[in-house]
Amino acid sequence: MSVKERDPLTGHQTTGHEWNGITELNTRVPRAIWWFIGITHVWALIMWLLLPAWPLITTYTKGLLGIDQTQLVAAEVEAGDRYRAHWVARFDAESLDEIRADETLMEIVRGAAPALWGDNCAVCHATGGTGGPGFPNLVDAAWIWGGSDEAVLETLRVGINSQHPETRFGQMLAFGETGILSRDEVRTVASYVQSLSGLADPPAEVVEPGAALFAENCTSCHGESGEGMTELGAPNLTDDAWIYGGESATLFETIHDGRQGWMPAWEGRLTGAERKMLALYVLDILPEGE
Amino acid sequence: MWGKLNRILERLVAPFRALFHTIFRGHYRLERYSLGLAFAIIIAGGIGGAVEIAPLFTIDETVEEAPDMRLYTPLEQVGRDIYIREGCYTCHSQMIRTLRDEVDRWGPYSRAVESQYDHPMLWGSKRTGPDLARVGGKYSDAWHVAHLYYPRDVVAESVMPAYRWLARRNADLDDLSARLETLRTVGVPYTDAQIENAVSDALAQVNPDGARAGGLIERYGEATNIRNFDGQPGNPTEMDAIVAYLQILGKLVDVETLDTESGQQE
Repeated sequence: MSVKERDPLTGHQTTGHEWNGITELNTRVPRAIWWFIGITHVWALIMWLLLPAWPLITTYTKGLLGIDQTQLVAAEVEAGDRYRAHWVARFDAESLDEIRADETLMEIVRGAAPALWGDNCAVCHATGGTGGPGFPNLVDAAWIWGGSDEAVLETLRVGINSQHPETRFGQMLAFGETGILSRDEVRTVASYVQSLSGLADPPAEVVEPGAALFAENCTSCHGESGEGMTELGAPNLTDDAWIYGGESATLFETIHDGRQGWMPAWEGRLTGAERKMLALYVLDILPEGE
Repeated sequence: MWGKLNRILERLVAPFRALFHTIFRGHYRLERYSLGLAFAIIIAGGIGGAVEIAPLFTIDETVEEAPDMRLYTPLEQVGRDIYIREGCYTCHSQMIRTLRDEVDRWGPYSRAVESQYDHPMLWGSKRTGPDLARVGGKYSDAWHVAHLYYPRDVVAESVMPAYRWLARRNADLDDLSARLETLRTVGVPYTDAQIENAVSDALAQVNPDGARAGGLIERYGEATNIRNFDGQPGNPTEMDAIVAYLQILGKLVDVETLDTESGQQE
């Protein structure tokens, strides 16, 4: 094996392999590579000392700097809270009306609420608050559990039919499923309900029995005239706002199978200040875009 | 300048010259034997593995204690298998990192103990969609069903594919007891009763008024979600299973109590 052979032109050694007189240069590894290897090794040695690095049998080397990411993030979150503390405290202390009166606080709402809304609320109630089938429109005039400051804040806090111990509870009974009404009766009362908001104009032979069925089964929650009761979360049936829809087929489904919407409780996931911002966003800022 | 630096480098490595020469000459010789080289590579890699990976099985101070941790119910476990089958993890992570923006958006960062019974873990690193580590209870069942059925019905700008078939297909419960048994083999503490009643418990979880719901609560705890997740009557569909799974994410452990118990800072 002639490893030591040198190429006369470059002065480099050859590998000693030869194919029909062609030999292969064994060029030296460039100095820059050696530098790179040297520096990275020294860097690694320093980091092994400073940072958590080597696993031992039941523990690991903690590093001279004592860095722990869980403490770093706790400090960062705390610093963020401090940065916001001056206005978070005011949101905590003041009522929605007092916040509305202060343009600097409302500017903060305008800045922060869209992100909160986008991550937590928009998936159901849509970016513009217009909702969708099964998810109420929050920018129209109709409120199921009330549209006052207190009512909206409370709904945000405990949710509706949620897992919160103080949750608002509401249920549309399954009148058909449970046998309270026959399928024909469900159809009759559905037509009557459509007539309340002018969606349909059924003949008198439908309206009369419909009204009777309505008086018997529905008024305890939706009221004598069908205008609903916000304290029970029973929607107004005389306006043109529908959660699930006012078409005959949807109404049949609603009355026959019942409904029980679910709004998550946000206490625990969002702070009080964040919930106030969202209430203001829903009540004041979103309707502006309408 | 380079000349001077090179001289410094040479002086620095001078004491190790003999060592380097031995190593390099040995390596140079080894390179000529492909089998020998392959064998040496395996040995070098094996040392790295032994040093880096093996101690992870004996170091337990990096994992918090959570004696009250809940187990996935059989139906949630089926949902988890569907989550894996449909490749949800390729777009959604389940790992809130120790960064302020992630803690602000999604809640407390993920603890190691929260995935101690995940086989395999689904931390992921690709986030085309949002992280799901704490999505449990954040949205309603009806929303999850509508969203999985056709995401753009509820989120107009979503790029997520539709998973309509989940609502049509019955959840596969046939080998559920065997699946739990397998999980027990790798360390998930399912009891004999839980394994034996796996199918019954899966059926019970979508039927809150059914006779078997009591047994499910007895075996998996008061906090178990027992609901008709997809709103359809009858046996659990794949939609029921995956929504049950999504609604438990982040709920197996109460992170707040975890921190006080192990004395860590929030």
